[in-house]
Amino acid sequence: MQGFLSFLIWLPIAAGIVVLVLGDRHIGAGRWIALVASIVTLLISLPLLAHFNSGTPDFQFVENLPWIARFHANYALGVDGISLPLVVLTAFITIPVIVAAWTVIEARPAQYFAAFLIMEGLMIGVFSSTDALLFYFFWEAMLIPMFLIIGIWGGPRRVYATIKFFLYTFLGSVFMLVALIYMYVKAGDYSIASFQALPLTLVEQRWIFIAFFLAFAVKVPMWPVHTWLPDAHVEAPTGGSVILAAIMLKMGGYGFLRFNLPITPDASRQLDLIIIALSLIAVVYIGFVALVQQDMKKLIAYSSIAHMGFVTLGAFIVYQIVRSTGGLQGAGMGLDGAMVQMISHGLVSGALFLCVGVLYDRMHSRQIADYGGVINTMPIFAAFMVLFALANTGLPGTSGFVGEFLVILASFKASFWYSLLAATTLILGAAYTLWLVKRVVFGPVGNSKVAALTDLNGREFGVLAVLAVAVLLVGIWPAPLLKIMQPTIHHLVDQAVASKIPL
Amino acid sequence: MNLTLLVLIAVLPLVGAILAGLFGRVIGRAGAHTVTILAVATSFVLSLHVLKQIYLDGVPAFDGPVYSWLISDGVKMDVGFLIDRLSTLMMVVVTFVSLCVHVYTIGYMSDDPGYTRFFSYISLFTFSMLMLVMSNNFMQLFFGWEAVGVVSYLLIGFWYTRPTAIFANYKAFLVNRVGDFGFVLGIAGVFYYTNSVGYAEAFAAAPKLAHAMLPLTSNTSVEAITLICICLFIGAMGKSAQVPLHVWLPDSMEGPTPISALIHAATMVTAGIFMVARMSPLFEQSETALSFVLIIGATTAFFMGLLGIVNNDIKRVIAYSTLSQLGYMVTALGVSAYSAGMFHLTTHAFFKALLFLAAGSVIIGMHHEQDMRKMGGLAKYMPITAITSWIGALALIGTPFFSGFYSKDTIIEAVGESHRWGATYAYWCVLGGVFVTALYTFRMIFMTFHGPERFRHADEAHSSSHGHDDHGPIEPHESPLVVTGPLIALAIPSVVIGALTAGPILFGGYFGDSIRVLENNDVLAELGKDFQSPVQMALHGFAGAPFWLAAAGVLTAWLFFLYRPQWADVAARKLAPIRNLLLNKYYFDWFNEKVLSTLARGLGFTLWKGGDQVLIDGVLVNGSAATISWFGSIVRRVQNGYLYAYAFWMVIGLAVMLGWFLVRS
Repeated sequence: MQGFLSFLIWLPIAAGIVVLVLGDRHIGAGRWIALVASIVTLLISLPLLAHFNSGTPDFQFVENLPWIARFHANYALGVDGISLPLVVLTAFITIPVIVAAWTVIEARPAQYFAAFLIMEGLMIGVFSSTDALLFYFFWEAMLIPMFLIIGIWGGPRRVYATIKFFLYTFLGSVFMLVALIYMYVKAGDYSIASFQALPLTLVEQRWIFIAFFLAFAVKVPMWPVHTWLPDAHVEAPTGGSVILAAIMLKMGGYGFLRFNLPITPDASRQLDLIIIALSLIAVVYIGFVALVQQDMKKLIAYSSIAHMGFVTLGAFIVYQIVRSTGGLQGAGMGLDGAMVQMISHGLVSGALFLCVGVLYDRMHSRQIADYGGVINTMPIFAAFMVLFALANTGLPGTSGFVGEFLVILASFKASFWYSLLAATTLILGAAYTLWLVKRVVFGPVGNSKVAALTDLNGREFGVLAVLAVAVLLVGIWPAPLLKIMQPTIHHLVDQAVASKIPL
Repeated sequence: MNLTLLVLIAVLPLVGAILAGLFGRVIGRAGAHTVTILAVATSFVLSLHVLKQIYLDGVPAFDGPVYSWLISDGVKMDVGFLIDRLSTLMMVVVTFVSLCVHVYTIGYMSDDPGYTRFFSYISLFTFSMLMLVMSNNFMQLFFGWEAVGVVSYLLIGFWYTRPTAIFANYKAFLVNRVGDFGFVLGIAGVFYYTNSVGYAEAFAAAPKLAHAMLPLTSNTSVEAITLICICLFIGAMGKSAQVPLHVWLPDSMEGPTPISALIHAATMVTAGIFMVARMSPLFEQSETALSFVLIIGATTAFFMGLLGIVNNDIKRVIAYSTLSQLGYMVTALGVSAYSAGMFHLTTHAFFKALLFLAAGSVIIGMHHEQDMRKMGGLAKYMPITAITSWIGALALIGTPFFSGFYSKDTIIEAVGESHRWGATYAYWCVLGGVFVTALYTFRMIFMTFHGPERFRHADEAHSSSHGHDDHGPIEPHESPLVVTGPLIALAIPSVVIGALTAGPILFGGYFGDSIRVLENNDVLAELGKDFQSPVQMALHGFAGAPFWLAAAGVLTAWLFFLYRPQWADVAARKLAPIRNLLLNKYYFDWFNEKVLSTLARGLGFTLWKGGDQVLIDGVLVNGSAATISWFGSIVRRVQNGYLYAYAFWMVIGLAVMLGWFLVRS
């Protein structure tokens, strides 16, 4: 299995460069190259799932080559139980994005497909780097295609949204770079494992924690650094929104699990209440904000922020559990919940943005008020939209339930009140999501434009059907997903509660 | 017990639902109703077989996993079944009523374009409900709990072009979610103490839980068991429509009538009753929680019944009746008479499904008219519907020998026997409720089936919401056999099921250890001392206060709505303030829509405009003039277009550089 991870990273990037070079004149071939490349990437990721040893927390399928010898930076790859599901999710989600854009993108299509393929490779790079400098390289490089996607194919206020997006994420990650360099100086290389093993005083940990926190909180995004997300989503083309919601937000959550908890456990223990508070604010505050949105994409964007609140809550609940119960039971469940919530949100929010894309392609409007009674002319689409909306409300039997349920159970271990505030998502999530459905999908035909709508074509049907199957599968039988994560999560709990302060 | 058989019982309706739902166009209308009916019928027969095994053959209860849903943090969560006498009873009731409703639907929905979709939904509902009652753990219980809610949501909004229907289904889902919010906290509370979501673990821990204190703040704590039980019960309040979470049920009548019978009378709304009975080992440990249950149930039983008196929509009258009867069941739970609650659930399932389906038959016969003021004298035209309705009504008001008598009378006596805090209040509520029940029930019967034929000269105000059948005077007609057949099938148990099963279910220990009652709380055991036979109990019933209250209710209905209808108008004028209070449904809807929802939206706007846009974006992000001018300079550079190409080549350059390192090494 050597080299599979490299394939996953470089195959889409190489294909992207080919598509770019072929240009718009050969877009017919370019599209097919893009599709085949994304499918092959997914196919390559599947053997990793099959051969993954879910009995150990160690990194697997590792590759390690010297990269920049002067800085002791290595081209080091590997996946464990928390990165592998995200790698597969990335490979999976790119396909619907390519298919959904098939003939829809008219301006510079070659660059569009190229951007998504290159981004796919870079994102897989983020999740599979075990060297911090390599991680940072992918982390920053990935911003550029997304920056271009929103900037070129975006809506009328795309420039504002792009700059806001870029500044937020860039400013956040600059501090991370400083933290990485600081630890490199102390540890002597950039391996994430060395950073995790590196003893650090509480003061050091606190600064490093804050640096990482700034980078990851922006990405998640956590309240109050979330306002770039609704703007970016509204302006981004459909594919951009899908990738943004499904994968990019996960990098924040992934970062917290990979860096904050194991590298700065003592600072995490000290500052966990801040994260918990911000997470619960995300669930409640953002839930109310989502309730009054008039733009479909903004509504789903706000819903994403609220859902990601469960990720950060589940990740940082461990210390309060120890404080409240004296034991660790529930800590792993919180982390499991956080991970499942990330995967589920990737599928569900991706699907919802694709649904909005289907409508936007026909009506060129994202305003809820422009719709009404879509079910009359698009019954099949309506069935999918209602399914994904219900998944978004955390309906049992869909993927949306699993993560929220685990996090609510785990947070009760820490405090009844955390559980209570988190559980308000049952009410708020249903209120804003189904109100969207009520106004867009149900009702009498809203206007003549809705009356003229045509139902899904085969391509759109295929895309949504695949996502629907995935959403249901994870909801009905999440056991395999959790099995993959188990040893890594267990190890992570151990790391999170072990002090790193030098004696 | 055979696991495959149990899986079949649950999964067959799901298969039917998938076939009818996804392949409805392929298999056609007849194909859709054939597969779904066959599936549900098989489930029913197999359920009967299980009942026989469990009750007659003495096969021990089954408690085991079907498959492992997930393992997290060492906690195993399974999809699994607990098949004991409690769940078996529910399985039989659910599949039987569902079967009747499936058959009935052939007639009722025959000219509806959503025919196959409807069959798919009701089969999906049956699957969900079976998963709920057969579960052996809280996770699956919650799955079934929410799944029945979703199907209810889809079915209330079945006629999705009607604004009232899609408002009603949104409201129903949301109010149920308020209940589920409590429910999930209750489950989390159980998990907190047992590290498990299994029933067995929870029941085993119940005595220990009785002494546990859950810290709420650093220096206050509450009894864990009370908190858990009240949270769980909040879930039941949503699903079983107890005050103040009852508001969705009357509006749910926007759905087609067959589902009003199946979901909003016989099965789904009783899930809360079933759940509390299932959790009896937990509830028994908390007097406080049971008193809470008692007060809520009694309040619902009396005050929701009153609303039935002023309504003129035949389905809504029955809906309020359902609320009130659910209140009776909850009251029974509140005095630890779980068996009596379950018994009333069973008898009510039959006679209330009957009344709803009969109302549906009337609605078809009247060409989709639901207003009782435009009915009257229908007994002549619809004899089978009228007779079966009478049977349902007599059962509902608790006439001795009818099924409803045995269950309701037992509840009233059990409440009278109880010394729990709130029992006196509850006693007056359930006793008063008897008069109210008889009054609204026979008001409905008289207005619909007897008296002058008001539909003859009501055509000027005829408000058919369908927009069809709107031509000429209405000529009522009896419904076809697929409609009247289920009525007859339900009328038989509505009469006899009480007398046949009162002995074993109430006093004979039918439920065995599937329901657990502490010795001090066991009011039914007290009543059982006087019980000799169903006949003796019914004869004794003629001498009791409930019988005379019911008779007074019927008499009042006759006086005011048949003998001298003008008296009703006089009474309405004299009692105008009370009537207004009732017509406005105690202002619950007003409060929710005008106050709560306005506040929520106001808060949302404030946080969005004030928090996100002004505070965060305005002050923190775009705040300083320097930021803005810097922004501007970058924007100008972006807009000249070169930056894109530059950035693109930058990322490619980085990639090539990295690739080169790789190749070289």
